Amino acid sequence: MSEFDVQTPTAYDPFADANAENSGAGTKEYVHVRVQQRNGRKSLTTVQGLKKEYSYSKILKDLKKEFCCNGTVVQDPELGQVIQLQGDQRKNVSTFLAQAGIAKKEQIKIHGF
Amino acid sequence: MADETLDDKKEEVPEIASFDPTKKKKKKKVAIIDPADDPVDNLAEKTENLSVSDGFETSFAGLKKKKKKPVETSNFTDEGGDAAEDLDDHSGEDEGEGDALAPHYPWEGSDRDYLYEELIGRVFDILRENNPDLAGDRRRTVIRPPQVLREGTKKTVFVNFMDLCKTMHRQPDHVMAFLLAELGTSGSLDGQQRLVVKGRFAPKNFEGILRRYINEYVICIGCKCSETILTKENRLFFLRCEKCGCERSVAPIKAGFVARVGRRNAGA
Repeated sequence: MSEFDVQTPTAYDPFADANAENSGAGTKEYVHVRVQQRNGRKSLTTVQGLKKEYSYSKILKDLKKEFCCNGTVVQDPELGQVIQLQGDQRKNVSTFLAQAGIAKKEQIKIHGF
Repeated sequence: MADETLDDKKEEVPEIASFDPTKKKKKKKVAIIDPADDPVDNLAEKTENLSVSDGFETSFAGLKKKKKKPVETSNFTDEGGDAAEDLDDHSGEDEGEGDALAPHYPWEGSDRDYLYEELIGRVFDILRENNPDLAGDRRRTVIRPPQVLREGTKKTVFVNFMDLCKTMHRQPDHVMAFLLAELGTSGSLDGQQRLVVKGRFAPKNFEGILRRYINEYVICIGCKCSETILTKENRLFFLRCEKCGCERSVAPIKAGFVARVGRRNAGA
């Protein structure tokens, strides 16, 4: 009978590692930075996939000030909030996000020409 | 008597490039790159001294000091002697002959063990010399450049589209979906199987996107060959390589967010 005590598991949470990873690295979502063409040689940069906890308006304001461009936050029914900036700011955006610590460099994916 | 056996080995070494059964105790193929006989024989001697059960590194550590570029026959007498003395003897002569022979190894002149990266580099150098096609680092060099024409002011026509799809052994639908998702525009295949894309794009842009497509969806990561097949199993896309048989899953093409450019519906 005393053997049962030996076999009962100690307080071990098998999901401890999994939970730690989730909160540590954040989600494994990618941040997609895309570019679209408008008329003439004007273009539009789109940033999608940032974490929902961030204050998009603050990020947008910093981006606008940093790159001297206009921008807005668009609500998409399925993709959440998307940041739109005027001009081809893909490289600028990726360096900005990496430096500010908003997203890791590996999470940022740049699309487009 | 020992000299005779050593002489026998000396004759055999230059001819045999890879495996010499008389030297089976030696764990590494020093004979391949070292045309010199003496260091090989020195090594053979050393391996016999060491026990076989020694770890890989320890046998290297013992052998390393003896493995030098060709030296005179007087070294035969020194085999049993100190390694330090040999080093001193060799250092003077090695400088001249070392460059002529094999590339200068980074571990020479010091007493440290081989690093794994050094060994791997050496293996690949040898492989590349003898069997260049097996080393296989060259990517496919024959990628046809995409031809783009302008149709009107707002459209770009990709002429070689179908040829490229066939060269890559891919479905045109898949490639088209990727291109349109990356460019962020709309487009279609016209009657002559050309891809018409809305917007103005340069061939260089197309090339970049095609390169990304090939790296992601065509080339096998194991052997870097381009003979792969894309199959859909159970709602997942799998990329199977023909040459090495490795199979990996690839992400489906998602269009992403497309901002609204152009005319909005009047009044709405």
